[in-house]
Amino acid sequence: MDLAKQIEPNAEIAARRRAAGLLARATTDELHAAWDKLPAKPEVKPVRGPETGLVMVRGRIGGGGAPFNLGEATVTRATVLLVSGTAGHAQALGTAKANVRLAAIFDALWQEDGTRDFVEATLLGPIEARVAAEDKQKAEETAATRVDFFTMVRGDD
Amino acid sequence: MYVAVKGGEAAINNAHRLLADRRRGDRSLPSVTIEQIVEQLGLAVDRVMAEASLYDRALAALAIRQSRGDMIEAIFLLRAYRTTLPRFGSSVPVDTAAMKVERRISATYKDLPGGQLLGPTFDYTHRLLDPSLLTDEPVDEPERRDTPQEHVMRVSDILAHEGLIEDDGEFSEDHQAGDLTREPLEFPMSRDLRLQALARGDEGFLLALGYSTQRGYGRNHPFVGEVRIGEVEVEIEVAELGFAVSLGRIRITECQMVNQFKGSSKAPPQFTRGYGLVFGQSERKAMSMSLVDRALRAEELGEDITAPAQDEEFVISHSDNVQATGFVEHLKLPHYVDFQAELALVRRMRADIEASRNGGKDMREAAE
Repeated sequence: MDLAKQIEPNAEIAARRRAAGLLARATTDELHAAWDKLPAKPEVKPVRGPETGLVMVRGRIGGGGAPFNLGEATVTRATVLLVSGTAGHAQALGTAKANVRLAAIFDALWQEDGTRDFVEATLLGPIEARVAAEDKQKAEETAATRVDFFTMVRGDD
Repeated sequence: MYVAVKGGEAAINNAHRLLADRRRGDRSLPSVTIEQIVEQLGLAVDRVMAEASLYDRALAALAIRQSRGDMIEAIFLLRAYRTTLPRFGSSVPVDTAAMKVERRISATYKDLPGGQLLGPTFDYTHRLLDPSLLTDEPVDEPERRDTPQEHVMRVSDILAHEGLIEDDGEFSEDHQAGDLTREPLEFPMSRDLRLQALARGDEGFLLALGYSTQRGYGRNHPFVGEVRIGEVEVEIEVAELGFAVSLGRIRITECQMVNQFKGSSKAPPQFTRGYGLVFGQSERKAMSMSLVDRALRAEELGEDITAPAQDEEFVISHSDNVQATGFVEHLKLPHYVDFQAELALVRRMRADIEASRNGGKDMREAAE
């Protein structure tokens, strides 16, 4: 079997997962800024939503055991269709319907060869950088609260 | 005769209008915003989300504002809201080992991979009121330090390597996690359902029960193996895509309680465990939950059931504060007819006693 063909779908899935994860983290400002920069606004048909519902968040007993239902979280999702026929999906925690609709449009644009680079450069890249910076800052703030134990050396040894 | 009565409509309307006024308070003060509640009363928001069993910080803050800070009322509001929404599905189980840790402490190991990370804790504060918070004084930025590239390893995994602690808690392959929002409670229940009930249970109730186990009512000799607080990714399988994608992150608190060990003819002595997992930052709740989880495993572990915290039906039936407040507070609603009936009964009983007393007296008098 052709190895490249086996790897390719996984790489494509990983890329889509990354894009969807970043779009779920997009702020209103980031989405609007990217939309404003879009040279040609696409014609978009709503397919589903945006609609808000619940996802049952599951945990695992003991952290790694059998799943159990921890509690629900609000989630908003949307599916749109570009005139070109590309469908875009987006879903994010919370109730920001307008954001998720825009995210679905960018998901569709990201799938199209002509606009993927634009979406990467003006939206996904900045989100990725912001999230990484926020994570780094938090991690460093937490690291500053790490306890450094030291041993009291007795003088009579 | 029972006569149906109506009334109170105007009184109720005016009462609600008065409530809105008192909720707003002094109009010369600025109104508190949802963002302010989320940012500055974050632990209140976390508690409402945990006990409402609905993670949404903005809606929890709205509920706190609407309830004038009455936490159980806020929890009730959020619970009621969730019933209006459809369920899209269940998440992939969250991976607490991959948590973006903001606090992590262990009381069992001093030096452990990842270290003791105190995070934003009340521990070691002197519990003295801080007059600087009477005014809006500037607050220093947090200190920072380079992060070591070290995985914050789970304490249970450290003990598991030596086989000194029981497994995380498995069920058979075909076991479906129960959901108490979909099925009525039935006893005895499996541990997954118990954990769901405890995760949404009243913090005060679980704290008291956990405390009771420490004071000897179902003692199980606990150590905090680990408490960790931080953000985890929530992922869901999307049917249209055919794979799981992230919806964003939520903050949760996890407690691994390491408890007394016991061996048998078949198994060598091993530590047992209690588990706590709660929405938001709430280690008091997560610790209480893990104490109660362990206590409720008494039957599974062959221990005598002697204390309230070990009684599954008692604990789970009374852990939900929305249910509890509903039944307690319904007592203030009109019970005019019930009470009239009881009143009539007491009067009749007294009249009977009076009559029999008088009857006796009459007879005595007659005899004399």
